[in-house]
Amino acid sequence: MKPRTQWDIVCDVSDLVPDSGIAVWTSNGPVALFYLPERLPALFAIGHFDPCSGADVLARGITGDIKGEPVVASPIYKQHFSLLTGQCLEHEDVRVPVFRALVDGDQVRLEIPVAGRSEQAA
Amino acid sequence: MSKKTLIVIGNGMVGHHFLEQFADTPAAAHYQIIVFGEEPLLAYDRVHLSEYFGGSTHSDLALGTLDWYSEKAIDLHLDEEVTRIDRHQRQVTTLQGNYPYDELVLATGSYPFVPPIEGNDHPHCLVYRTLADLDAIKASADGVKNGVVVGGGLLGLEAANALKQLGLQAQVVEFAPRLMPVQLDTDGGAVLKRKITELGVQVHTEKATTDIVPGERARLRMNFSDDTHLETDLIVFSAGIRPQDTLARAAELEIGERGGIVVDSRCATSDPHIHAIGECALWEQRIYGLVAPGYTMARTLAACLNNDPDAAFTGADMSTKLKLLGVDVGSIGDAHGQTEGARNIRFNDEAAGHYSRMVISADGKKLLGAILVGDNGPYDTLLQYALNDIELPEHPETLILPESEGGTPALGPDALPDTAAICSCHNVSKGNICDVIEAGCSDLASVKAQTKASTGCGGCAALLKSVVENELEKRGVEVSKDLCEHFPYSRQELFHLVKVNGIRTFNTLIRSHGKGRGCEICKPTVASILATCWNEHILATDHVPLQDTNDTFMANMQKNGTYSIVPRIPGGEITPDKLIVLGQVAKEYNLYTKITGGQRVDLFGATLSELPEIWEKLIAAGFETGHAYGKSLRTVKSCVGNTWCRYGVQDSVAMAIFLEDRYKGLRAPHKIKMAVSGCTRECAEAQSKDIGVIATENGWNLYVCGNGGMRPRHGDLFAIDLSDQELISTIDRVLMFYVRTADRLHRTSVWMENLEGGLGYLKQVVLEDSLGMGQELEAHMESLVGTYQCEWKTAVEDPEKRKRFREFVNDERKDPVQQWTEERGQRRPVTEPA
Repeated sequence: MKPRTQWDIVCDVSDLVPDSGIAVWTSNGPVALFYLPERLPALFAIGHFDPCSGADVLARGITGDIKGEPVVASPIYKQHFSLLTGQCLEHEDVRVPVFRALVDGDQVRLEIPVAGRSEQAA
Repeated sequence: MSKKTLIVIGNGMVGHHFLEQFADTPAAAHYQIIVFGEEPLLAYDRVHLSEYFGGSTHSDLALGTLDWYSEKAIDLHLDEEVTRIDRHQRQVTTLQGNYPYDELVLATGSYPFVPPIEGNDHPHCLVYRTLADLDAIKASADGVKNGVVVGGGLLGLEAANALKQLGLQAQVVEFAPRLMPVQLDTDGGAVLKRKITELGVQVHTEKATTDIVPGERARLRMNFSDDTHLETDLIVFSAGIRPQDTLARAAELEIGERGGIVVDSRCATSDPHIHAIGECALWEQRIYGLVAPGYTMARTLAACLNNDPDAAFTGADMSTKLKLLGVDVGSIGDAHGQTEGARNIRFNDEAAGHYSRMVISADGKKLLGAILVGDNGPYDTLLQYALNDIELPEHPETLILPESEGGTPALGPDALPDTAAICSCHNVSKGNICDVIEAGCSDLASVKAQTKASTGCGGCAALLKSVVENELEKRGVEVSKDLCEHFPYSRQELFHLVKVNGIRTFNTLIRSHGKGRGCEICKPTVASILATCWNEHILATDHVPLQDTNDTFMANMQKNGTYSIVPRIPGGEITPDKLIVLGQVAKEYNLYTKITGGQRVDLFGATLSELPEIWEKLIAAGFETGHAYGKSLRTVKSCVGNTWCRYGVQDSVAMAIFLEDRYKGLRAPHKIKMAVSGCTRECAEAQSKDIGVIATENGWNLYVCGNGGMRPRHGDLFAIDLSDQELISTIDRVLMFYVRTADRLHRTSVWMENLEGGLGYLKQVVLEDSLGMGQELEAHMESLVGTYQCEWKTAVEDPEKRKRFREFVNDERKDPVQQWTEERGQRRPVTEPA
């Protein structure tokens, strides 16, 4: 079963940087939030932690697209992560978590799993 | 300190190669080098001598240039024959004078062997060795139709080809029962003979010439021991070579029984101050009549003179691949199967004129040797099997059989070990090629320029190409010049589009000339181009998303996500007060502190949010950003110069500070490093920089396009004795031309090597203004200098820009994954166990 989630306010819309990322702190740890104004929807959120380098840096990578898929390149060793799926394009078995994001008035909300209260699955 | 003298006798291929190998080594600095060449011409390529009749001139065949010799301060005496070596006085004598030496190198080569046949001194009896010989053959061939070559070996067939190119009816007379007796077996020789005959060159084997007399229908008549004869208008003797050891004999050096100057594995003769290399040298009772072993000796000697204890000549592979009169001939290793227990696989297609033989070890696993006539297709593969002891496939015969349905199991470049020799002339292994590709070479031309592979005999051209292409492919390098999938243009083309169309943002450019939304390759590249054209702040709203993280946060990201900070210290000159501030700031923020190679201080371990605070303090103390994060000017290193140093001849510190202030902030395709040395002692190591300046009594010598790093390259001397003003305008032009025309991530060295015409072309553009754009380049640089701003100063003063430097926009906490430990009294990140 799907874990229970809640929509937390994480920042103001004015904190977003067009075509770039910012890092926000959530009850589930650090999340990288990207604003790509030419896409619809324009907000993307993935884990800020870069599993390839072991550092919290993904929000500081360069965004772009590879064959149409929106990606961010890790600023440390340049692996690409899909902003849609969190999949690392260079390593099949590496993936970062993806979160849903939405604009609520002049604030941004992220869908965060509720820690410790998720239902037992399997 | 007076220099010692090194004299080289002989300016042939091997003598020249020795100079190339030696001139840039540390030991060369201790010697004045003098070279004597008997011929009036600079060393040229004798391997491709017959091309002289195909239209090539001496300058096409020349191996070096006079400029190179003068650049390396080598005193070259052409057309000056050495007549005597005096070992006791340690001097050589020429017709012009006496020259003392400390070390002497004999690279006198060989002379053609002319069999002792009566009448061989007839004016139309010639030899084939030098360009002068070729001129004589040409003169002799004028107006006649027939020519005979005595000698059916490699050189003889080359000479026959030369006669053919002169339009003569050529014939070959060989004493042995077959052609190329050294390289080929009976069957191979027979196939070659038939093919050559088909090409219109008559071949006479097993013919011993008894005498040469005036002919009846032609100038000469050759009588043979079997009572037959042959009439011809000219005779070229090309029956082998003999070591040119006359000088050495007269000097009573140890000489082999059948000639040749005896050398040990360090190329020393019986006199430890005299060395011999190439075809004049006898090593283990053997003369090597090919260029590659001579080059190996040259390299060995250069290393020995540098006191390399491991340098040794240990023999050479005599495998050869040739096209003789258009016929492929190859011979590898133990071609005659003399190894005990050796087995053979032979394939002889008489109809097609293909003969192949493999000599295989007793256990069938290793290739010992091979002979190929008619088709050298399998040569490269077979050679790699033989040289690298690679185990043969299950059915080794497939390597020489004509290609079948399933295809030949070719030995792909991937199967070669890194140690596999690709180019034996210049001793380039597959590993060397991978290294330069790793270091940034992205096409065949730059690999050749870096490694010199395939610039000797050229026999490895195809193999080199396949290795390079394979390696590039593996690294995902497209041979296409497109920057990336978003822009079908090279960096240079994009530069023009931006400049000509006045484009000021990435979005405008990608909408008008690209597709998609960009990536981490095109965005920083375009950011750099925009900076060069318009010089707006890199954190202006439109440019923020374009920058690499280092540019975005104007610091260098380290492995744990923290940053290092490098304030500019122009010329490496710093006051005690400023040094104290660096120490105080480092202490306050617990920054790991290290002195860089560029004479400044690097402060490691600052978090994102600390960066603006730290810079506020540094700026207050008078520091500016050092651009250590940018593809831009890094530092101008300097020695202390004539204000303090007893030897300095100019004020190198003042010039370094001036240059650093002038070019700081200049965005480029790659980083740029400079240095200024106050005298020829070169303490600032300027020759290893993109722009290197060395003071002279009369001004400044300028070196360009050097670099350190993985493939160090000495800068090329570009101009000498420049005034301050000339120096600056020359550097303006070089840098601006580089910034405008180089490809992404090309250092100046790679850029220059990729320029068609290389250094010569660059000199024309910059020094002679051949493109008529010198003024424009200078004006462009001037405008960039005029619009410089310290990026950090602008950033810390702007609250909006400072907002970028928050670890988390909604939380004050520091990054939780950073872990620290202490080492040698300073903090460093915890390295995860592997």
